[in-house]
Amino acid sequence: MPRMTMLSGWGRFPKLHCKVSRPRTEADLRNLLAEGSLIARGNGRAYGDSALNTRATADMRQFNHMLAFDAETGQLTAEAGVMLGDVIAAFLPRGWFPPVTPGTQFVTLGGMIAADVHGKNHHRHGSFGNFVDWIDVMQADGEILRCSPDDNRDLFEWTIGGMGLTGIILRAAFRLSRVETGWVKQTVIPTADLESTMTAFEAAQDATYSVAWIDCLSSGTRLGRSLLLLGEHASRGELSAAAQANPFAILNRRKLAIAFDMPSILHAVPLARAFNALHHWRGAAGTRSRLVDWYRYFYPLDAIPGWNRLYGREGLIQFQCVLPLDRSRQGLHVLLGAIAASRQAPLLAVLKRMGRQDSRFSFPMEGYTLALDFPATPAVLELLKRLDRIAIEHGGRFYLAKDSRMAAATFRASEPRLPEFLAMRAEKGRAQAFASAQSERLGL
Amino acid sequence: MSGGPVLILGGRSDIGLAAARRFAAAGHPIQLAARNAESLQAARTDIEIRYGVPVTLHEFDALDTGSHARFVDSLNILPNIAVCAVGVLGDQKEGERECTSAILVMRSNYEGPVAILSELANRFETRGSGTLVGISSVAGERGRASNYIYGSAKAGFSAFLSGLRNRLSGSGVHVVTVLPGFVATRMTEGMDLPPRLTAQPEDVAAAILRAVEKQKNVVYVRPVWRLVMAVIRNIPEPIFRRMRI
Ligand SMILES: Cc1cc2nc3c(=O)[nH]c(=O)nc-3n(C[C@H](O)[C@H](O)[C@H](O)COP(=O)(O)OP(=O)(O)OC[C@H]3O[C@@H](n4cnc5c(N)ncnc54)[C@H](O)[C@@H]3O)c2cc1C
Ligand SMILES: NC(=O)c1ccc[n+]([C@@H]2O[C@H](COP(=O)([O-])OP(=O)(O)OC[C@H]3O[C@@H](n4cnc5c(N)ncnc54)[C@H](OP(=O)(O)O)[C@@H]3O)[C@@H](O)[C@H]2O)c1
Repeated sequence: MPRMTMLSGWGRFPKLHCKVSRPRTEADLRNLLAEGSLIARGNGRAYGDSALNTRATADMRQFNHMLAFDAETGQLTAEAGVMLGDVIAAFLPRGWFPPVTPGTQFVTLGGMIAADVHGKNHHRHGSFGNFVDWIDVMQADGEILRCSPDDNRDLFEWTIGGMGLTGIILRAAFRLSRVETGWVKQTVIPTADLESTMTAFEAAQDATYSVAWIDCLSSGTRLGRSLLLLGEHASRGELSAAAQANPFAILNRRKLAIAFDMPSILHAVPLARAFNALHHWRGAAGTRSRLVDWYRYFYPLDAIPGWNRLYGREGLIQFQCVLPLDRSRQGLHVLLGAIAASRQAPLLAVLKRMGRQDSRFSFPMEGYTLALDFPATPAVLELLKRLDRIAIEHGGRFYLAKDSRMAAATFRASEPRLPEFLAMRAEKGRAQAFASAQSERLGL
Repeated sequence: MSGGPVLILGGRSDIGLAAARRFAAAGHPIQLAARNAESLQAARTDIEIRYGVPVTLHEFDALDTGSHARFVDSLNILPNIAVCAVGVLGDQKEGERECTSAILVMRSNYEGPVAILSELANRFETRGSGTLVGISSVAGERGRASNYIYGSAKAGFSAFLSGLRNRLSGSGVHVVTVLPGFVATRMTEGMDLPPRLTAQPEDVAAAILRAVEKQKNVVYVRPVWRLVMAVIRNIPEPIFRRMRI
């Protein structure tokens, strides 16, 4: 029984009245498909309107069974609605961790495949799609196709990064990675400007995880000043005796909600001041490494449920683009310059070096990706149009999982792969059967 | 905590399955009892993979009361804890017109659950240990026009659980009455439930586990319901009679 519900993505912008159903069986899904176009929705962590369809949104979270696990290879077979957090809860104690993780564990397997998510290890390990062995996808006519690099290869490649527009992901098999502990050895490197930030990134190509927090209030000679955070999974021997006894447990979990890392500090007080304080402190302390548990390291924002509401009524917009490696230095300069000049300080600004990736429609490519959180005000929307243009001028493209407001023409200009995507959509009634508010806005 | 098996009666129920996961996470083997139990294979595998405990499936129909003793005999092992999540909401309006429909609601929420819990109570009593959990409802606290057929059966079930607890006091067997308010499950699918008053199946499951561990007698799932029901129970009948809630 579908219900009309006010729905949005994680940014709470836009909000649309959608007819939402909670299918439980393949037959339920076939019935929905018979009624008209729909979009599959995971846990709604895409920021914008990727998982909204006013006529029919299919909440896939009832498909939440783990179906098989191979303890030799680490291959987990699960239904699309299984949460990443549940995967970690079940397998980290057995020494397995997701090979790639976004910055929140509240995403579904289906959402991770459809957005082909990347993590702080993209430069080393690529996107989540690299670890997917096969996917079962329901097509417009209700047929279920098992897709893999060997069978239905086209559909396999389109579905990874296809934003739910190739069909409904029912289940998939993917490989977890071995870890010895639940701890990460983190090193913080303060950098003085964009040049030194990028040099530090390039020097850290061997690090498993790398990401930088940029101080967007600095301009002039300090433009691009950052804290570069590197991480390695800690081995058992590196843990304290207390932690070794239980290497996958989180100590002091009770304190989690309060004792909270950088992002909360950045939100709680004016960004610049906090950043300066940290920068100095880190600078003085030198680039020492320390052990951080997996929860604080990978998911600091998850400790505050509903933090997206802190941004107020208008909601939150994330801008994320990636620039090709050879244009990154110049492009980032212009982007950061435009932000500094606009006086619209982002609440959060994250820079990441991406590794090589060659895929049908996924976001990542080799180069640098910049992600910025803003409140969704009119002035910000104007600024973002400028940033769109700059990104396109430098050969960049945009992450659909974060987009909520781009113009169709902008996306078209950024995406040489679009004609082929549209050709795939024209086949087998896909364009009629699968549509989101985003796909309609962008003409996908 | 890790311990003996937990039997879930109504093993396909959203609340029952959430409870199964909770108990499995705490290390208990799980027995899922339901009609058409074979169809629970996916749930069984899921729990085994996630929590590494054994899960068994058992054919069970609460309305087939004559089979209950045999059903308990057929369990691989007598459980330490049994949770009864069997229930049918039914359609109040249809029940007013059609007594067969009303009777199904009465039997499914009262007769069936009472029969199976009585059978288990006797076995637990003989053994001298165990916990029985009955999922009743706040709907049983006072009959209202909108759902009094279901409510009256739940009222009966609550009274039964209270009496059973009283009888077994001192026997080593404990009885827990769970009184959820609105819960987002298959039963309430498509209904317009007030978000602030609506719990998730996982919330009910957590409340059940806590109640079993702490040997609580009667638990409301969201504390606000205790208050809401206290108010509703205390409205004088002449006023209540004319209210539409
Ligand atoms: C705090 C935060 C941090 C984040 N960090 C990162 C990050 O570091 N890297 C990154 O890559 N992303 C990141 N994201 C984005 C997030 O990982 C993606 O948007 C992801 O797709 C969300 O998964 P979901 O299950 O919530 O899917 P939804 O948001 O519900 O849907 C996202 C897309 O997946 C499709 N989809 C979902 N389920 C299915 C299915 N069963 N079949 C077909 N299509 C389906 C939807 O149609 C939609 O197009 C972050 C998001 C948040 C809120
Ligand atoms: N959801 C709420 O708002 C709410 C509020 C208060 C109390 N409750 C109570 O919570 C309990 C669990 O309900 P739920 O919300 O989880 O809904 P549910 O998913 O519909 O579960 C009810 C279960 O009862 C089973 N059942 C019915 N008749 C049966 C019979 N004769 N034999 C065996 N099983 C039978 C059903 O099995 P089948 O799948 O075979 O039909 C179903 O799995 C019920 O007692 C309900 O009354 C629910």
